[in-house]
Amino acid sequence: MTVVHENLEATDAKMSARDVSVFYGDKKAIDEVSIEIPTKYVTAFIGPSGCGKSTFLRTLNRMNDTIPSARVEGEITLDGEDIYRSKMDVVQLRARVGMVFQKPNPFPKSIYENIAYGPKIHGLAEGKDELDAIVERSLKRAGLWEEVKDRLQDSGTALSGGQQQRLCIARAIAVDPEVILMDEPCSALDPIATAKIEELIAELNGRYAIVIVTHSMQQAARVSQRTAFFHLGKMVEYGRTSDIFTNPLEQRTQDYITGRYG
Amino acid sequence: MSPTILLLLALGLGLAGWLAARARAWTLRRESADGRLSSLPTYHAWYVALWIVLPVLAFVALWSAIAPGLISQTVLSSPAAADLPAFGFQRQTILNEARAVATGAAPAVFNPQARDLVEPFREALSYYTTIGIVVTLLIAFLAGTWAFLRLKPDFAARTRVERIVMAILLAASLVAILTTIGILASLIFETVRFFGMVSPIDFLFGTHWGPDPMANPDSPDASRYGAIPLFWGTLFIGAIIAMIVAIPLGLMSAIYLTQYANPKVRSWVKPTLEILAGVPTVVYGYFAALTIAPAIRDLAIDLGASNPSSESALAAGLVMGVMIIPFVSSMADDSIAAVPQSMRDGSLAMGATTNETIRRVLVPAALPGIVAGVMLAISRAIGETMIVVMAASTAANLSGNPLESMTTVTVQIVAMLTGEGSFDHPATLSAFALGFVLFMVTLGLNFVALRVVKRYREAYE
Repeated sequence: MTVVHENLEATDAKMSARDVSVFYGDKKAIDEVSIEIPTKYVTAFIGPSGCGKSTFLRTLNRMNDTIPSARVEGEITLDGEDIYRSKMDVVQLRARVGMVFQKPNPFPKSIYENIAYGPKIHGLAEGKDELDAIVERSLKRAGLWEEVKDRLQDSGTALSGGQQQRLCIARAIAVDPEVILMDEPCSALDPIATAKIEELIAELNGRYAIVIVTHSMQQAARVSQRTAFFHLGKMVEYGRTSDIFTNPLEQRTQDYITGRYG
Repeated sequence: MSPTILLLLALGLGLAGWLAARARAWTLRRESADGRLSSLPTYHAWYVALWIVLPVLAFVALWSAIAPGLISQTVLSSPAAADLPAFGFQRQTILNEARAVATGAAPAVFNPQARDLVEPFREALSYYTTIGIVVTLLIAFLAGTWAFLRLKPDFAARTRVERIVMAILLAASLVAILTTIGILASLIFETVRFFGMVSPIDFLFGTHWGPDPMANPDSPDASRYGAIPLFWGTLFIGAIIAMIVAIPLGLMSAIYLTQYANPKVRSWVKPTLEILAGVPTVVYGYFAALTIAPAIRDLAIDLGASNPSSESALAAGLVMGVMIIPFVSSMADDSIAAVPQSMRDGSLAMGATTNETIRRVLVPAALPGIVAGVMLAISRAIGETMIVVMAASTAANLSGNPLESMTTVTVQIVAMLTGEGSFDHPATLSAFALGFVLFMVTLGLNFVALRVVKRYREAYE
């Protein structure tokens, strides 16, 4: 049912999903999706609204657990370990698989405290100096250091929308995750802020496995190396980004990327 | 008698104006070129009716305020009133008696002096009633005619009626505000009188409270009017003991309800908690006086206290704390629920547990709302009367021992006002000064709480 392009070179998969279905009550939101998330690439999920791409993204760090009616079937592994097994420590999982949300959601604390939050709860830093170093490194990687280094004690919510979103990325980076999930990270931002986030994704590429859900096909084309097209809860097609956009194998993919629906 | 007649007159005239204006509007509509008016005929009718009724009502209100004075003045200037006692109680009694007979409220006079006054009273009454009715008719006619003549096919009666209705609604909302200002003014007036007898310094900073309602009111013993023990008792019971109970319990129940409870549990626990807020405080008072206070006394005996009081600050404070729980929990519930879900998701996605998320993100983010809720709860607790009246006692003690009996500002207000003291006595007047202080403190707390809530709302919008 899913068309997977055959020219994909073998890479080591950071995460892989096999026959994953997600139910909200009786409603099936995701229907038997199987996909490998490569370690060294950016993977984009595209598709029309309500196709389940965000739902599927949230199964990858078990954020769907917070919705009481949600139920996941199938198997998702991180480095070969099933993340839905009963012994799995969800707290540890989320430290390894970070997430950036659609709307920037900095905590109503200082910029410094926003970044230090994760390292503190996970005990990653011993002493103030180490914590300072983590904060500085995270902000530098998120390309925010130059803009905020003189006002680390200001509230994170006082930053502009684009800065807030980079703060959220820095916050995710601070706990040194292996995978970063981004759920339409630019949909609430203006084009300039979007360009900065896209630059940042390109810089982070290779260091972390990144999965980005996006509405914008241009964005998927710009930032990702792999693209999966979702439609009505199913993954229709998966392959290299360049192939999906220039040479789609499925009619529905073709229709979507040429703007016939969605 | 006369205001009722005038009111009925106003309504009758209004109805007449309504019907006439509607008929006029229909005629205009028939005669107009395209068979349309800029407003429906009913609006023309209401426009005229309101223009009749409102000025008449204004006049009736004014007239019923000044007419009695005019009547008595006329009666007093009559020759029959010449040999009345000059001033005071007797004179007033005679006048009242004559008035009662004249209006038909009493069958006959008792006092012979009043008999001569009945006739002048009757005359004055009918004279001023006639004037009232004539002026009413005149006002209604003038205002009605003026409004009626403005009716034209293109007259925007609809927007005019809208504006008049808005003015009426505004007046309705002003009633509550003006009443509050009036209450405050009377409170200030009596307070100033009290401070004329006892200096504010002695009152606010003195440490002995024991006003004697039987003492000579002209030379009050200022050392008996020190309100510090009352302020302390109020603070100790309402803001310390009650809050030690209410803040943790209220906060924890709010956290449980918003973060852990499944919808089914929440759907019956939350309404049940809110019902607690509707229980009359006197019921809590019974509970405090009959159940908690004896239990605490027994406990005190077990702890080795030699002669514990059966009324203790602890009993009143504990029950008051329970009473306040719904306030704290409902405000905390609202403000925790108002923290955006994205904040919670953000923290969980960092790998925080629910508990860490609550402690480090939700409660700090909701803190302004929680603080405001606590302040409102404190202002409610220190203004509370029944529980402390029933459980705390009236003995003013300046003590830090919660097992001792204490009294509060509200209890003393009740005690000072329910006696037989005259309203000229400083002991009675001290109740107003206490009330004024209480009013200012709760007003301040509410003001700060509302400011905090407002600033906090803006942060998320």
